[in-house]
Amino acid sequence: MMAHSIFFYSFSLIAIISAIMVTASKNTVHSVFFLILDFISISFLFIMIGAEFLGMIMLIVYVGAVAVLFLFVVMMLNVAQQKNQWFSSTESSKHIPVGIIISVIIFFELIIVVSGWKFKPDLAMKISLTNNNQVITNTHSIGNILYTDYIHVFQLSGMILLVAMIGAIVLTFRKRSGVKRQSYFSQISRESADSIELVDVKNNQGVKIDD
Amino acid sequence: MIDIGLGHYLTLGAIIFTIGIVGIFLNRKNIIVILMSIELILLAVNINLVSFSIFLNDLTGQIFTLFILTVAAAEAAIGLAIIVVYYRNSSTIDVEKINSLKG
Repeated sequence: MMAHSIFFYSFSLIAIISAIMVTASKNTVHSVFFLILDFISISFLFIMIGAEFLGMIMLIVYVGAVAVLFLFVVMMLNVAQQKNQWFSSTESSKHIPVGIIISVIIFFELIIVVSGWKFKPDLAMKISLTNNNQVITNTHSIGNILYTDYIHVFQLSGMILLVAMIGAIVLTFRKRSGVKRQSYFSQISRESADSIELVDVKNNQGVKIDD
Repeated sequence: MIDIGLGHYLTLGAIIFTIGIVGIFLNRKNIIVILMSIELILLAVNINLVSFSIFLNDLTGQIFTLFILTVAAAEAAIGLAIIVVYYRNSSTIDVEKINSLKG
């Protein structure tokens, strides 16, 4: 229990500090790196409390795909050198008190909800009694209900990913003018009758090519 | 204090959620950082769902965390594609200068 609390406090401290640094960092590339650190520490917390599958998926999806996508876009757009200043511009300084007030209100609402929340005692007892099988691992049990009870939602999320992929391709696709491109259709449909012409060459007159 | 319970994880989720909202409000320069703040907010929601799922011993929270992960990945891809297109058209992604809708 002692080691559990030590790990919880250290990882959550790393997560909170890196979340602050994501928003406060001057350089956008540094913010992306702090976002990666945040995801890694939160996924360690997930693995620690017993949701191993989600922790690993979090590492793969967020650190392996989303954060790399962010990093790629940041490096491609050349905004890493644009400084991320908060307090210098006078026009933006009037947003800051409003933002801080709203954030403090939201934080205290969440804390009130967390501290005032209680289990209904018989509910917690009933749930923990029905589903207390320690032999099946977390991944196995998630697979058991993901592919049976939640199969439609699972396929719907696949459709969401497909739509996102098509949307990203359509949004960033552009036709460049002045670039010679390979036309597969005309290449495949080319035949010998179109491309070879037999000409009778008369004496002393020659042949006119490509008129 | 030593005994880590559900309240600790919920408080961590609340703190990260608030940091994400602060990031959206206070950042007036770079729209990519706003997208990253949205990712932080979704991460806080995931922390809440996973901790409830573990402490109530019910797997539905983890399933929904999986779906939130999917939607977050799709949202990040679409948002970054929109940012790339906007940068190509107007060669800036400053939040102050994106005002063509006059909102």
